[in-house]
Amino acid sequence: MALPSDMRPKLARGIRLQFDAARDQWVLQAPERVLVLDEIAAEVLQRCTGEADIAAIVASLAEAFEAEPGEIAADVDELLTGLIEKRIVAT
Amino acid sequence: MTEMRSKPASTVSGGVPDLAPEQLPLPVRPVSPSVEPPLAALLELTHRCPLQCPYCSNPLEMDRVQAELTTEEWCRVISELAMLGALQVHFSGGEPTVRQDLVDLVRHAREVGFYTNLITSGAAITRPRFLALIDAGLDHVQLSFQDAEPNSAVRISHVPNIQEKKLAFAGWVRESGTPLTVNAVIHRQNIDHIDAMIDLAVKLHANRLEVAHVQYYGWALANRAALMPSRAQLEFVTERVMDARERYRGKLVIDYVVPDYYAHQPKACMGGWGRQFLNITPSGKVLPCHAAETIPGMTFPSVREQPLADIWAHAEAFQRFRGTDWMPEPCRGCDQREIDWGGCRCQALAITGDAAAADPACAKSSWHAAMQEIAATASDASSQTDFRYRRMAAAPKH
Repeated sequence: MALPSDMRPKLARGIRLQFDAARDQWVLQAPERVLVLDEIAAEVLQRCTGEADIAAIVASLAEAFEAEPGEIAADVDELLTGLIEKRIVAT
Repeated sequence: MTEMRSKPASTVSGGVPDLAPEQLPLPVRPVSPSVEPPLAALLELTHRCPLQCPYCSNPLEMDRVQAELTTEEWCRVISELAMLGALQVHFSGGEPTVRQDLVDLVRHAREVGFYTNLITSGAAITRPRFLALIDAGLDHVQLSFQDAEPNSAVRISHVPNIQEKKLAFAGWVRESGTPLTVNAVIHRQNIDHIDAMIDLAVKLHANRLEVAHVQYYGWALANRAALMPSRAQLEFVTERVMDARERYRGKLVIDYVVPDYYAHQPKACMGGWGRQFLNITPSGKVLPCHAAETIPGMTFPSVREQPLADIWAHAEAFQRFRGTDWMPEPCRGCDQREIDWGGCRCQALAITGDAAAADPACAKSSWHAAMQEIAATASDASSQTDFRYRRMAAAPKH
């Protein structure tokens, strides 16, 4: 079940995207959790500002990585669905 | 994506395999060839607290107010932690809000990049001071509840009107939009109220609920016979928690910590000794875990005398059980040794008398049956309900 393409995801209150210089990686700071992001997840979440909708996020990533929008859309949907369930991303 | 707990994990248990948190390697650039930077620190700002919960994780011998680090000292320590690569600080105690400089400490921690967490009873702060903490950048609040039933909460905390104070505080948290974790500590004398505690977390709009069975160190060890649940009670709570997780999926995240005494695999206590966490006491001692001072023959360095980076990388107290070289059998040859890191040293000490023994929570420990026997005996002492309350001068004699 895909998320609607006009949804405008943003980080939930209390969640921060941060570059962790000591370990050279992007992390999500969350209540009593640190989530280490891979490169793609970091790129997706940097675009989750509450301004762009999912369609725009997918288009932007497809352009940046010269990738098939269909594949990107599936990855974005999977990532965000999991993070919404954990209340890390809000809609 | 890998997910790591940032809270010192006496509260993380591997007891029930399908509930065990994922143990994932932390890809890091070491500060010295074999030592990774810490992930988070528990700052015990004070041992002062208006509550007297009989399972308090503070040591039996508590620091007096005169011994507490000053504001300047705490700020320096927080800066040193950031330099070391830590990502989160948990302001704890005692009751951290009795420190009049808490707002300044939170502000400083945010300035140097930390994610800030307040671990509180909610019973010692006014609304204006709470709002000042939010203005200073506080990221998250963990609020403890002794019970959902007010009279029982009063009895356990030994504070009149405790529930009204907590409910008012929870309202301020919600009003401010700050994410809230409700921490419900479970034991024999409140275990039947589990459903009401879950309902309370939902009613308070908590994002997370931590259902944590008491872990038996310090004050809780002294009160074990009054607190230990039976295996049947444990199974009842586990089932209720699993059920609530399904019911509130997407609304309330429920973390669940089972008691070690009924486990078969040890928890990766603190994510491994000196591996991810450190604990700083009110007077500035640096500990690998909050109960480490129970281990005889160890000396713990102070932030007043040594740079934190030195302590983390080189102090004997941190090296003693770091990694796997210290391990005896059955840990040494076990394929879980880099998953559970040998379990909990303080528990090994409490049950076997030897802090370097395998954690008796492990089925491979020769003390495992003895530990289960202790649990059965303690939980059977149903006539034993009196608490030895946590008080500065009430430490039980050994």
